[in-house]
Amino acid sequence: MELYKDRNASDAIIRKIFEFSKDLGEIKLCHVCGTHEHVITHYGIRAMLPENVQVVSGPGCPVCVTTQGEIEAAVKVAEKGAIVTTYGDMIRVPSKRSLSDAKASGLDIRLVYSINDSINLAISNPNKKIVHFAIGFETTCPTTAVAVLNSPDNFYVLSAHRVVPPAMDLLLSSGKINLSGFIDPGHVSTIIGTKPYGHISKKFHVPQVICGFEPNDILMGIYLLLKQIKERRAEVENEYVRGVRAEGNTKAQKLMEKVFEPCDIRWRGFPVIPGSGLSLKSEFSNKDAYKEFNIEIEDIPEEKGCSCPEVLRAEKIPRECPLFGNICTPQSPKGPCMVSREGACYISFKYEKSFR
Amino acid sequence: MCLAVPGKVIEIKDSVGIVDFNGVKREVRLELVDVKVGDYVIVHTGFAIEKMDEKEALESLEIWKELLKVQEDF
Repeated sequence: MELYKDRNASDAIIRKIFEFSKDLGEIKLCHVCGTHEHVITHYGIRAMLPENVQVVSGPGCPVCVTTQGEIEAAVKVAEKGAIVTTYGDMIRVPSKRSLSDAKASGLDIRLVYSINDSINLAISNPNKKIVHFAIGFETTCPTTAVAVLNSPDNFYVLSAHRVVPPAMDLLLSSGKINLSGFIDPGHVSTIIGTKPYGHISKKFHVPQVICGFEPNDILMGIYLLLKQIKERRAEVENEYVRGVRAEGNTKAQKLMEKVFEPCDIRWRGFPVIPGSGLSLKSEFSNKDAYKEFNIEIEDIPEEKGCSCPEVLRAEKIPRECPLFGNICTPQSPKGPCMVSREGACYISFKYEKSFR
Repeated sequence: MCLAVPGKVIEIKDSVGIVDFNGVKREVRLELVDVKVGDYVIVHTGFAIEKMDEKEALESLEIWKELLKVQEDF
């Protein structure tokens, strides 16, 4: 593992990056993973890059892209008497009614580390209905599939799962940003492998590199992207070979296919993205909280003034938001990107304060 | 959210394993992988999502060397 953090190796890759980017003009690379944003900002990778190479953050934070309508659905489920569980930062995301406000008003909303904790809660509370508000990308979806297949009757799932490639496709289709390449998410790719990204490279002629999570993984990914751009190639390469097989985790894929089917869903900052959501198949309707509690996702308009939608669409960086760092801070967040540990605004506030 | 941490499987009982994360031991569900005691896994929200492949990692190292042609730095 040391190699992936080794400073001499970093210097060698950075030299290559400077060499390859010299005649390339303005290069804008986009990642779609909150953990990548953390690594890039934490290690100051942007400051190591040539002036013409920019790395921007896309819709890579599942907490941030979950809509107010879905949060409202979770609150309604709690109002109907269920114990609602969810992952960390989701609780604090501002919304029409946030989960933390709902919790403060007396509803039973609990934080869990793993969906396994929710199952244990269902086992120890046989007379209560336990609903897991399941957010997350492909990395997390298989864990929910396992839970749907192996849990007591009083355990339900409120699925807010999403898959990443359709959002990448939409980013480029919108024509609003000119991207030169994608740093593809490492642990999403651990599950799905390299294939689901292929059509994006073909359709838009953009190179992609799946990257790991150490600083030299990112630098190596940037180098491989620049090399592709220079050689006018547009392929999906895998830098994170120690964690991603070309075919992905087929066991996990089969479980996902068994339990979920694609659905059209809106993302915070985006319109409805066809086929980007995952809902439970009808044969698992006895586990589907939307059906059990007869709840539909409301269409709630986004707050005005907050630039999270533009940040999630890679059209703005956090510091370009008028609320950043003054009205909107991690202590008093106005948008989801300032709440989540994987949100671009939170990360920028934490590590780049001096730039404010 | 997609944060995942590598660790070593030190015990397996049915579909649950004990994984050692540099001295911190935790229960991890193993339904998504085929592993044996001694394997390294990547763990996300209490589930092992992949076996870490040492051979692949070493080959990756070779790729690095070849790409950079700066073997002396390694």
